[in-house]
Amino acid sequence: MRAFTTVTATVAPLDRPNVDTDAIIPKQYLKSIKRTGFGQYLFDDWRYLDQGDLDIPVASRRPNPEFVLNQDAYRGAQVLVSRENFGCGSSREHAVWALEDYGFRAVIAPSYADIFFNNSFKNGFLPIILKADEVQKIFEVVAKDAASEVTVDLPAQQVKLPSGEVFNFEIDEFRKDCLVRGLDEIGLTLQNADSIRAYEAQRKASAPWLFN
Amino acid sequence: MNAKTLYDKLWDAHIVRDNGDGSALIYIDRHLVHEVTSPQAFDGLRINNRKPWRIDANLAVADHNVPTTDRSQGIADPISRTQVDALDSNCAEFGITEFRMNDLRQGIVHVIGPEQGATLPGMTVVCGDSHTSTHGAFGALAFGIGTSEVEHALATQTLVLKKSKNMRITVRGNVGPGITAKDIVLAIIGEIGTAGGTGYTVEFAGEAIAALSMEGRMTVCNMAIEGGARAGIVAVDQTTIDYVQGRPFSPTGENLDKAIAWWKTLHTDAGAKFDREVVIEASGIQPQVTWGTSPEMVLPIDARVPDPSKEGDAVKRSGMEKALAYMGLTANTPIEQIKIDKVFIGSCTNSRIEDLRAAASVVKGKKRAANVTLALVVPGSGLVKRQAEAEGLDKIFLDAGFEWREPGCSMCLAMNADRLEPGERCASTSNRNFEGRQGSGGRTHLVSPAMAAAAGVAGHFVDIRSFQ
Repeated sequence: MRAFTTVTATVAPLDRPNVDTDAIIPKQYLKSIKRTGFGQYLFDDWRYLDQGDLDIPVASRRPNPEFVLNQDAYRGAQVLVSRENFGCGSSREHAVWALEDYGFRAVIAPSYADIFFNNSFKNGFLPIILKADEVQKIFEVVAKDAASEVTVDLPAQQVKLPSGEVFNFEIDEFRKDCLVRGLDEIGLTLQNADSIRAYEAQRKASAPWLFN
Repeated sequence: MNAKTLYDKLWDAHIVRDNGDGSALIYIDRHLVHEVTSPQAFDGLRINNRKPWRIDANLAVADHNVPTTDRSQGIADPISRTQVDALDSNCAEFGITEFRMNDLRQGIVHVIGPEQGATLPGMTVVCGDSHTSTHGAFGALAFGIGTSEVEHALATQTLVLKKSKNMRITVRGNVGPGITAKDIVLAIIGEIGTAGGTGYTVEFAGEAIAALSMEGRMTVCNMAIEGGARAGIVAVDQTTIDYVQGRPFSPTGENLDKAIAWWKTLHTDAGAKFDREVVIEASGIQPQVTWGTSPEMVLPIDARVPDPSKEGDAVKRSGMEKALAYMGLTANTPIEQIKIDKVFIGSCTNSRIEDLRAAASVVKGKKRAANVTLALVVPGSGLVKRQAEAEGLDKIFLDAGFEWREPGCSMCLAMNADRLEPGERCASTSNRNFEGRQGSGGRTHLVSPAMAAAAGVAGHFVDIRSFQ
């Protein structure tokens, strides 16, 4: 997994609550059996005026000029800011893959749906929880000057604004450690293989029907 | 001994290693696998030269991509076919049991797990699908996972999890005539909101939940995730125990007696503490219809489309305006006057035999309305389909001008050919009314099977309680 330490970048604002995973990456793209290449379809229904599919080249499609990611000022943004309950809906990890493949490294919102939040950490993508008024402040900063860069400092657990203002955020220590060091969680778990086998032996004795 | 919630008991019974920081390595008893979220996980195993930890804990089925029309000749769409073929070859390579597309036992993963007895009380059940919460109806700890966790569960039979908080939603008293499990859960989501359950495991309790069949409890737990809760659970009782016996994966003989003794302990102890309690009066629940693009945007059938100008909160008001624009609805329109173009009866929420019986009883001897261009009935599994046909339900639907299809996820998420065209409006028994969910530009109204069937006959939403 790609490690995450510090990112300084411009911010794309997506000013709506309940941004669901169907909106982040629509169903037709979930037919891909690869883990890469989803960035071009990120927010597909909002980003393009015509319908897309895996076999339609995006270059042939009509971008929606109204959508934030199609505006020059926000090209190159690596941080997304949005509202409550970001990533609600389906468990599709393709949503995180699409954000990450597009070039986003982090998202800032007041709250997230659990599965999306959890999936993010498996992909070197950081979902940051800030208070609603802090999120509002970032929207205002970006609205005033789209070229404003924020710094996300994971080791320090801080988001720094160009004004020098700093917002602290909380993060689970284990998750932070995995992200900062880019650790493979399966490898870590397999270090506990003996504990897993011991659990199974005890469980097989007390509830053998679970092992049919 | 401390009084424990059902969730506490399930969590404690599956701890392989407590990390001491609120997280633990949790053992997974059952892993259900489908074609959409697994190919990259199997690739991960191959890249890292890993094997599944315990093959018999896995059960696989293709459901999202499969056509619901004749499929004896395979899948025409090459991209869908590639994904289903990938599942077939991955299961063959790793020795995982799979019900293939033309197997009678094939169906929606959340229908076949319980149907086969592969979902049992007290288990941890995971699947790369958010509606895995369905299986919580059996007093199992069941939740959706992403593809990285699918790979983790395959490789280690465990997941690293942080314990959620405990919430109990008590539906007190009994619902009125015509009110179904779907109306109960939509009313709950309307009450707590789509993020109300975030961070919690929700136990559904109360007389109205206890009175539900297993099918009804599955409908309620299925939509726990639409209220933000990754897992919903219902305590084990005699209804549960009666349902799970005699199924292919269920225990028998001495093991069954042992199992039942344990299952009977799977309820919240008197005096156990919940972090949040919500109480809803069952008698106040009316037939529910969603009007917007989030399941919390739901109202009783006799209500009117809400007016954003009356909403004080700016973020909410803007969300309502966007939803109404997308849905093509005008504020203050009576819900009963909303005309529909299509009907979808199916999905992991409402495609079980009881759902099909409820819908069939409404359409029996009637005809699909002229303005309804398509009314799809998609059974949840091949076995549900066979049962329905044995009861003559297929004939009732066909006589009424409804289509009777092969099992799968179908127009719940429109990964196969079943979908809404831009601007089309659908009365749907599925679980999500998000923008584009049933097809780009499609407009979804979530309802119960009986309400969907009645809308298909009337051409607009009607109150099932007065529908003749």
